[in-house]
Amino acid sequence: MNKIPDNRAWWLVLPVFLLVAFSALIPLMTVVNYSVQDIFGPGQAYYVGTEWFKEVLADERLRDSLVRQFVFSGFVLLIQIPLGIGVALMMPKSGIKGSLCLILIAIPLLIPWNVVGTIWQIFARGDIGLFGWGINQLGIDYNYTGDTLDAWLTVLLMDVWHWTPLVALLCYSGLRAIPEAFYQAAEIDRASKWAVFRYIQLPRLKSVLIIAVLLRFMDSFMIYIEPFVLTGGGPGSSTTFLSQTLTTMAIGQFDLGRAAAFSLIYFLIVLLISWLFFTAITHADKEK
Amino acid sequence: MIAWMNWTPTVIVFFAVIAAILTVMTVYEIVSPCTERKGFLPIETTRGDRLFIGLLSAAYIHLTFLAVSDVTLWVALAVSVAWLLVLLRWG
Amino acid sequence: MRQTRSKNIGITIYILLLLTPVYWLLNMSFKTSREILGGLTLWPQNFTFDNYVVIFTDPSWYNGYLNSMAYVSINVVITLLVALPAAYAFSRYKFLGDKHLFFWLLSNRMAPPAVFLLPFFQLYSSIGLFDTHIAVALAHCLFNVPLAVWILEGFMKGVPREYDEMAYIDGYSFPRFFIKVFLPMIRSGIGVTAFFAFMFSWVELLLARTLTSVDAQPIGAIMTRTIGASGIDWGVLAAAGVLTIIPGLLVIWFVRNHVAKGFALGRV
Repeated sequence: MNKIPDNRAWWLVLPVFLLVAFSALIPLMTVVNYSVQDIFGPGQAYYVGTEWFKEVLADERLRDSLVRQFVFSGFVLLIQIPLGIGVALMMPKSGIKGSLCLILIAIPLLIPWNVVGTIWQIFARGDIGLFGWGINQLGIDYNYTGDTLDAWLTVLLMDVWHWTPLVALLCYSGLRAIPEAFYQAAEIDRASKWAVFRYIQLPRLKSVLIIAVLLRFMDSFMIYIEPFVLTGGGPGSSTTFLSQTLTTMAIGQFDLGRAAAFSLIYFLIVLLISWLFFTAITHADKEK
Repeated sequence: MIAWMNWTPTVIVFFAVIAAILTVMTVYEIVSPCTERKGFLPIETTRGDRLFIGLLSAAYIHLTFLAVSDVTLWVALAVSVAWLLVLLRWG
Repeated sequence: MRQTRSKNIGITIYILLLLTPVYWLLNMSFKTSREILGGLTLWPQNFTFDNYVVIFTDPSWYNGYLNSMAYVSINVVITLLVALPAAYAFSRYKFLGDKHLFFWLLSNRMAPPAVFLLPFFQLYSSIGLFDTHIAVALAHCLFNVPLAVWILEGFMKGVPREYDEMAYIDGYSFPRFFIKVFLPMIRSGIGVTAFFAFMFSWVELLLARTLTSVDAQPIGAIMTRTIGASGIDWGVLAAAGVLTIIPGLLVIWFVRNHVAKGFALGRV
């Protein structure tokens, strides 16, 4: 659709602009202020320049949690995107069965994040949880509170359980938008199932897949509550992701300057990645 | 009321400069609206896009300098400004 | 035919696996704590409602639900009120800085809340809103408003502009056209947006917990407090968890017919 150039449209955007500016710009400015000072209490602050940034950039602990974060987000995308597409392909196309599937699959998305943590905390326990008990029965020594690898896999499994439905539902709505005529044409051509998927379904899924990748990357990049409830970041710091490191620093240790510098670097990483994704989306839209 | 924001002169200058750049660019845009064009960047960009890319890369340039060297940040600033100008003109 | 059947079997298995952890929570909520700690049972041997009775009779528990509902509802209302006109502007007009404004809005959806935690705390304390429902509702606007604008813009793009022009020719003023003609046309979009705003506000805990202490404390914070105490009462915790799922189920039931379209953010 061709849009009409009209700057009066700003009046319609103004409420959103003011609201988001209030809750985004003021905190952002505050964070920048904190990041260049050493703050002891109200009115007691020393200007330290870029000291905090230097410290944060050289901090092993933070580097570790950054690496851990990228590995985690990478695995999340690698597992959830293909699995989500697969589930979407299996879902009934319409009717009461379709609606029922949709609602059942959406359930994990509607559970508060701390409850998700609680569910898995119970479910994966070796003594009172079905999952932990079942794994132990198979003769595998499994203990997510003591073993690093088990903790990692449990957090990953929890995230797959929690968020694959989002990918599946996004793809499902993309698939439903493909006209029936496309499939009929493919049938006449005796196209194989793989060819139908590769040349009809996948190209049509492109724009929803970009949204799915974007949302999943961003949300897994700021994951906090679920692993916090499940493992508390342990054992050791093996499941401590970026947000948790930051929150511990800011609220637990009240290390304002360092936490602020860290926040800004965190924000810059997110900003860069989301800009790349956003550019990709607008390009995909334009090609259509 | 705003004491908790802990304003310091450096940060005031920083935000004032950003605000000034945005104002100038807005006025410039009203006076002579620009269209998308293709420069050395792989995508078509408007003037505003190039400004954003320039500012974001400036932040990363500063961080890189802080992380790998001890030279004064004025060097990083000079590099950033030069890069921003190149980007705005030919990007 | 065989293909459909194997698909059905596949999706059934997936849904069963998906629901098992939820079943386990439900199962535990009906057990006595003695039974829970006594060993593994696949269904409650001594079926009991005691855990739910605890929650419904103790104000410190049920107030948590009321608080959560209060700020979520305020948030949904604010989000829709500001996002509707903005999305209309983005879908219909080209204006100075529109693309950059849109990206800036979206980048707030992507910013980790942890970054804003402390300033938010101080901002809302300094204007006297700390520990109120409105504070949490406003804070959640940070990520809900951008998402709402994004979804609504997708839906509004699908409505041809001829409708707008026809209404103006018929002598409708802009507000009258917007409310009487335009909003009914994107009803399903509004429903889906409300659903998403509800969902993300309902499941968020980090900001909600930081901005409240007693009067507006969400149910999630009350639950984590219980975890901290010595000797967790798993049964009550499970019951509280089950109760947090119900509002979401009700909401998705109401919008079930629009959700498929809405999940693509109106963009297919």
